[in-house]
Amino acid sequence: MLDQLPQFLITGVTVGSIYALVGLGFAIIYNASDVVNFAQGEFVMIGAMLAISLISAGTPFALALVLAALCTVAVGLALEKFAVEPARGASVVTLIIITIGASIFLRGMAQLVWGKNFHTLPPFSGETPLQLGGATLLPQNLWVMGGTAVLVLAVRWFFNHTPVGKALLACSCNPMAAQLMGINVRRMLLLAYGLSALLGAVAGMLVAPITFTSYDAGVMLGLKGFSAAILGGMGNSMGAVAGGLLLGILESLGAGYVSSGYKDAIAFVVILLVLFFRPSGLFGRRSTDRV
Amino acid sequence: MSAPERPRAGGGPRPGRPLTRPGLRGLLLLAIAVAALPLLFPKNYFVTVVGVAVGFNVILAVSLNLLIGYAGQISLGHAAFFGLGAYGSAILTTRYGLNPWLALLAGLAVTFLVASLIARPILRLKGHYLAMATLGFGIIVHIVMVQAVTLTGGPDGLSGIPGLSLPGWTLKTDLHWYGLVAGVMLIVVWLSLNIVDSRTGRALRAVHGSEFAAEMMGIDTARTKGQVFVLSALISAFAGSLFAHQQGFVSPDSFSFFVSIELVTMVVLGGMASTYGAVFGAVTLTLLKAGLVVFHDYEMVILGAILMVVMIFLPQGLFVGLAQGLRRGLARRRERRAAPGDEVA
Repeated sequence: MLDQLPQFLITGVTVGSIYALVGLGFAIIYNASDVVNFAQGEFVMIGAMLAISLISAGTPFALALVLAALCTVAVGLALEKFAVEPARGASVVTLIIITIGASIFLRGMAQLVWGKNFHTLPPFSGETPLQLGGATLLPQNLWVMGGTAVLVLAVRWFFNHTPVGKALLACSCNPMAAQLMGINVRRMLLLAYGLSALLGAVAGMLVAPITFTSYDAGVMLGLKGFSAAILGGMGNSMGAVAGGLLLGILESLGAGYVSSGYKDAIAFVVILLVLFFRPSGLFGRRSTDRV
Repeated sequence: MSAPERPRAGGGPRPGRPLTRPGLRGLLLLAIAVAALPLLFPKNYFVTVVGVAVGFNVILAVSLNLLIGYAGQISLGHAAFFGLGAYGSAILTTRYGLNPWLALLAGLAVTFLVASLIARPILRLKGHYLAMATLGFGIIVHIVMVQAVTLTGGPDGLSGIPGLSLPGWTLKTDLHWYGLVAGVMLIVVWLSLNIVDSRTGRALRAVHGSEFAAEMMGIDTARTKGQVFVLSALISAFAGSLFAHQQGFVSPDSFSFFVSIELVTMVVLGGMASTYGAVFGAVTLTLLKAGLVVFHDYEMVILGAILMVVMIFLPQGLFVGLAQGLRRGLARRRERRAAPGDEVA
């Protein structure tokens, strides 16, 4: 029983890294505009699918990844520009429906372009498994974990140490005050969507060699990312990362020790329990009503 | 009419003149339309088969609207209650040979228990946390439907569910079902209109406006929200039982996350906090989906685009938005007509 624990943890951290990146994307957009972007999972799918297509069309590996990421960022910017921006000031539920509409639209487009088949990407650096204290580790697992760590640190650095990142944070604190300080809030919103799309695309490309990707792969990943963001406390970027890792490990342990069929259910039961006892997530600030 | 002896603080519908309220005139119109369709097109597929689907969706959307539109509590897992009713009936009739009506009651009892149990902790949450919790609940129920194969038949579902029969009358044809579902639908719409216009309805809207203020006005907000949550769940479970008997077959697909999302979309598409808006949204989306089947692969792209465009340009919903536009237009015409008359006088 217990000797399999390292293996489960490796799987959990790998899957959790992907959830963390998607959750981080949710948190960035939520912070910047109070919108939960239900099309976040579609960024992951589009990033992976584009990379797969470009590589099978003969584009050099690295170039294909960069191009796929850039195209996904373009999709993110378009989403903000043409769907979210025109509906500014609408209620939360309306905005949720708009992003859900966008996710259905993007999924439909993906189905038209790539069909309903499963696609896969070759691993970044070989398939020779590494042995690590009784657990087997694929090089791609390392790529996922390493890639996520680098991105998360980069995002942290961006928000804490660059003027643009600080401006974006200012917008999330108080858009009006930010505007008065000369920050272009609309451009910052675009930036938030672009950044989220980039995180999603990278997550998709990192995980594509491990799982199969199809036009509807973004649905479950999007939901898990949202769960990660909620678990960590909506609006807390690093909370979302922690939430994602926790969710991945929970799922992996649930699948290993309880039942693989019920692994998603176990994850959601834990989330419900957390919310029942801590209504604003693990690391979220307690909200207070303004009267 | 003599002045009331004491202020009617609670006040249900005014006694003696329920049918003159504008809401009930709409109900009469709806009833006439529902009755006229099968008389005009008795053998039309769109009326008898799609019509039943429309009826079910109207029931679900109206019940969900009580929760989302009036109480302001979002639910992304409403299909779970629809599924509890359907699976309750399906399991009890096929596996235990229970009488369909008893199975329906049992399904309602289970739904009542589940909904009451989760209402309080779930409705303590707000905004996106509430969305997450209801979504999670819906997904858990769906996973159990797929995984508990010995009970639910797993992904293949359960078939051979008997039809419904009343003493001396069995529901056989599509038209019979159309009649039953349409009848239930009208009752649910009537119920919703009455609740909205009752003390509870006003309490709900107060909760929607500001929970804190409602609390200050002496409204037990937790209890009010819980009541409407349970009621909404029960109506959906009832529809689910009927659905199981009408289809003769249930599978987890009919109660997935996507169905929950579709129900929310119906409510928002029509216009929140309007019973007829929910009716309109349910009819529109169901017909749209039935119509889009013709476009095969383009179905999703078109559906997604329509959702975005409607929500961007009519964020208050199609029905409410169009009704407001119409009213404004009429008022402007009346003004224009009144203007020359003023000059003469």
